[in-house]
Amino acid sequence: MFDFTGLSNAVIEGDNDQVQAKVNEAISANVDPLAIINQGLIGGMNVVGQRFKVNDMFVPEVLMSARSMNAGIELVKPLLAGGEMTNRGTVIIGTVKGDLHDIGKSLVGMMLECSGFKVIDLGVDVSPEEFIAAIKENDGKILALSALLTTTMLSMKSTIEECVEQGMRNDIKVIIGGAPISQEFSDQIGADGYAGDAAAAVELVANLLQ
Amino acid sequence: MASLQFNELAYTNLDEFIYGHAKKPVVCSNGMVIGGGTVYPEVNLTLPTMLIDTETMPKVLSQYEEMIHGICSKAHELLSPGIIIEIELLPPCTFNPQWGIDVTKVAKGVMNEYYSKFGLKSLLRMTVVDIREGKTLTHMYKGEHWDNVIKTFRGCAEAGADFLAIESIGGKHLHDEAVMNCDLPRALFSLGVVGCRDMAVLWDEIVKISTETNCIPSGDTACGFANTSMVMAHKNFIPKVFAAIDRVMCAVRTLVAVERGALGPDKDCGYEGVYLKAITGIPISMEGRTAACAHSSSVGNISACLADCWSNESVENVRLLGGMAPTVYTEQLIYDCRLMNVASARGFAHEMRDILSESDRMYDPQAYILDPGVVIKISQEIVKGKTHFERTKIAASATIKELRSAFQDGLLQLDTKELKYLDIFEKQLKLMPNDEAEFTQFMIKNSTLDKFDPAKYDFNFNAVAK
Repeated sequence: MFDFTGLSNAVIEGDNDQVQAKVNEAISANVDPLAIINQGLIGGMNVVGQRFKVNDMFVPEVLMSARSMNAGIELVKPLLAGGEMTNRGTVIIGTVKGDLHDIGKSLVGMMLECSGFKVIDLGVDVSPEEFIAAIKENDGKILALSALLTTTMLSMKSTIEECVEQGMRNDIKVIIGGAPISQEFSDQIGADGYAGDAAAAVELVANLLQ
Repeated sequence: MASLQFNELAYTNLDEFIYGHAKKPVVCSNGMVIGGGTVYPEVNLTLPTMLIDTETMPKVLSQYEEMIHGICSKAHELLSPGIIIEIELLPPCTFNPQWGIDVTKVAKGVMNEYYSKFGLKSLLRMTVVDIREGKTLTHMYKGEHWDNVIKTFRGCAEAGADFLAIESIGGKHLHDEAVMNCDLPRALFSLGVVGCRDMAVLWDEIVKISTETNCIPSGDTACGFANTSMVMAHKNFIPKVFAAIDRVMCAVRTLVAVERGALGPDKDCGYEGVYLKAITGIPISMEGRTAACAHSSSVGNISACLADCWSNESVENVRLLGGMAPTVYTEQLIYDCRLMNVASARGFAHEMRDILSESDRMYDPQAYILDPGVVIKISQEIVKGKTHFERTKIAASATIKELRSAFQDGLLQLDTKELKYLDIFEKQLKLMPNDEAEFTQFMIKNSTLDKFDPAKYDFNFNAVAK
């Protein structure tokens, strides 16, 4: 039984060299590639997520951990059978039409990626039609909408209505966030959930996809 | 257009460096003098939850009319010696310049009505939103985005705006990346190289429009930069010391507006305005505890030490128990200003300033760097730089030094994690080349086009190399 503690700790520390050394060690010991990813690399990232949630890690530290995890995954990838990957679900994310605010949405996207979700970031000022096209193209399971202005919040509603119109509302979960957004607003416009920050968004997505 | 370098500070005597007084006051045509001894309230307002489109524009305009009426009525009722109203246009009102112009006309119409009926003096600051981003942007200085920004400025000025302002964003995507990674050199490239160049082009145009329309080019703010850091630090996403260093670095970028001809008052959410006041003597607008309606901060009191206008950042038109929110905030601002002005009249301005500073500065590095004495000390270092790049680098290193020494002297609380990051940032700066061309080449090589596309900025690397 391979001990993944060292590998997980290296991910938590964001130590690329150590992660690669530990992954190579596991490969040499013929450890199941999926176990290396799930127990060693993602295991470490799960700790990072928890520590970030309680303000014990800063964003740049989380990013370093994510980079080291990805460096480890790159070494394991060639050993995986076709299609056997670790995507927990695809999230289509963007700031809604008329709104140019970027960084909060990017932070949520980054935290989702760190947690094993595939993220398609459409950027800012995204129309309902662009969201729909991205969902179709990427088999999106979660639609994450961001708005920072009181005058763009209603674009979230239009986007959800477009999902209904296109007959895909039952196939996708819609989550919303941003400074003026509340759970009450989420309920009003028929979203599936609201998250107040990036860590809460990751939990929400994980719960919705269970 | 001449570029002022400001190689010496406007203030070297701490006793003169105080709220309500600026070395270069702004004298307005209605008799209000900003920085002439009176702190004025500056109310900033925004729309409630609603869409802005052709269909809703009549409702949008009536919302603005209602808000301005409420503000002017309260200012009249409380006998305010004058009031400034700031409207930060929302993106649709810059993408469609005529809508921004219509908002200006409505606001100014109500303000004129209160002047003619009741003698209420007021000034309108129109802040055009910088829409130069997004997928459809082709170029920072030509094309639809640029044209709409410029048309909106000119239209608002012609429609009666007293002050023109912007929260410009040149280099912002580089800076976002820098904040997320706590990458000080990248922040320096965004602010001291890309941002300063962008400011020069943009502010030359704003000053030109202001001159032609008899309007006052007031100032810019690092809202898209240091305020992003501030909010991230507040959520514990990044160290507070990064936000503090970033704030002072931003001063060099915001200062470019004044170098190109902006006269003040600098914009409220630019907390770096205190450095502009120290270096140039222009008046500044500041926001603190009264801006809690828009965002939390750790500088609620200290930000008032040097304020010439006192603002609430932004509040939406929603009903509170005391009335509509913009009217309620007008009242709060007026009472705060009264307090500061009476303290001045009774000869207690220095005590008031020092109390405001001491009540905040020890608890957060972002507050500490707003202390008037610290501002003068760091500003003296900044102006030694011969280029914007040098000044931004000096701003960072001088701030690190000041924060470390404040901690050692027991003047500032910093935990172990924050101290660790001071060391990290010091190392990052030491590893940076001193040569701007070499640094620029390295940064461009290590940036992706979605974060910074030199062609969109007409960024001439050869000019930097010279």
